[in-house]
Amino acid sequence: MKIIADTGKCVGAGQCVLTEPSLFDQSEEDGTVIVLDDQPVGDLVEKAREAVHVCPSQALSLEE
Amino acid sequence: MTAVHEFPMTRTCPFAPPPAYTEIREEDPVTRVGLPDGRKAWVVSRHEDVRTVLNDRRFSADRQHPDFPQLVPGFRRPDDERTMITMDAPEHGPARKAVLGEFTVRRMEALRPRIQEIVDERIDALMAGPKPGDLVEALSLPVPSLVICEMLGVPYADHDFFQTHTAKLIKRDTPPQERRAAVEAVREYMSDLIAGREDNPPDDLLGRQIVKLREEGTYRRASLAATGFLLLVAGHETTANMISLGTVGLLENPDQLALITGDPGKTLDAVEELLRYFTIVDAATARLCVEDVEVGGQLIRAGEGVLALGYAANRDAAAFENPDELDIERGARHHVAFGFGPHQCLGQNLARMELQIVFDTLFRRIPGLKLAAPVDDLPFKDDANIYGLYRLPVTW
Repeated sequence: MKIIADTGKCVGAGQCVLTEPSLFDQSEEDGTVIVLDDQPVGDLVEKAREAVHVCPSQALSLEE
Repeated sequence: MTAVHEFPMTRTCPFAPPPAYTEIREEDPVTRVGLPDGRKAWVVSRHEDVRTVLNDRRFSADRQHPDFPQLVPGFRRPDDERTMITMDAPEHGPARKAVLGEFTVRRMEALRPRIQEIVDERIDALMAGPKPGDLVEALSLPVPSLVICEMLGVPYADHDFFQTHTAKLIKRDTPPQERRAAVEAVREYMSDLIAGREDNPPDDLLGRQIVKLREEGTYRRASLAATGFLLLVAGHETTANMISLGTVGLLENPDQLALITGDPGKTLDAVEELLRYFTIVDAATARLCVEDVEVGGQLIRAGEGVLALGYAANRDAAAFENPDELDIERGARHHVAFGFGPHQCLGQNLARMELQIVFDTLFRRIPGLKLAAPVDDLPFKDDANIYGLYRLPVTW
């Protein structure tokens, strides 16, 4: 699995960071998503799916 | 054929949406309704459809547009006084991102100790005051108000002034002239405040914005005053009402309250669930269709207004099991209490943190807290566009 983030679409709600801070962070400058680990394994796979589900702008997607 | 419903609707039970919401969602999920000005709009009520509308560029957030569906009479503002909430792409992104860095999860986390201090001070004051006390006055309003004032650099000493005006903006029956005067008064206040900071911008949100926007060559005092106004107003009434309602919701569901007092780690889940359960902004998420689009099997045409009903969506059994139960263990975070799409609440993580700290601290420090009046006698804000409580008598 690979996490794809589209910072152009991102609106910086921070939902992904709240879901799993070890996978995601936000830019200090404009709040957009920074993917810390784009190839999650184990329990983090489910967290990545949840982050995609709650993202308000569909800026996140998964390549299975 | 069902009758055309009139909007906005009023709740008949403080813990449930207006009964017609369920009927609409089950029987006619994308339906035409009447608005107060006599015009018609579409109402979208299923969770999936609400998320679609709020995240599709074919639905505009431009409240200045003459066809935009209005639940309360609005008025057109000069272009340099518009704020991000009325903007669409591509204008919206840069406006939002200009202040977004101030509201990241990490920035909010850095505020935690100060928010905790504010909450403790307010609870001290509540306990030192008369019994029963009013939780709205002692805690719900001052906490978010003090926090947003400190963030913006607005003197809290002026809170009576802007809270009085904000209250007028939220009530549905405020006459248009009075509404306009309230907006002008706060806007002028903000403009004067900002003017006084221009020579030597302080290290607070508004001060940093002055510096940043000047560097970009886009600084306009009227525009920053509009942003400051938006953050100030959005920052306190919403969270204040969630503090009051959440307290009532937990006191009325002692099994749920016991879950968080037994394990404070569960408070964040409780906050999400209370947000879903009360959905205080509900029909505030209106949009204007700007290109024909099909939603939930219904064609909506360019020029037609749409109300995305957050409360109906948050009680949709297709998205939440047993949606009418307050269940903090459901762990569901896909509610739309903060809206959805590019305009999803900018201050949501600040609100989450304030609510979490308040509920943890309030029930830990006053374990015997109880309502000082029956729930049915409480003054719920049935006449306001943001749901909540005018007063909340509590004792201990």
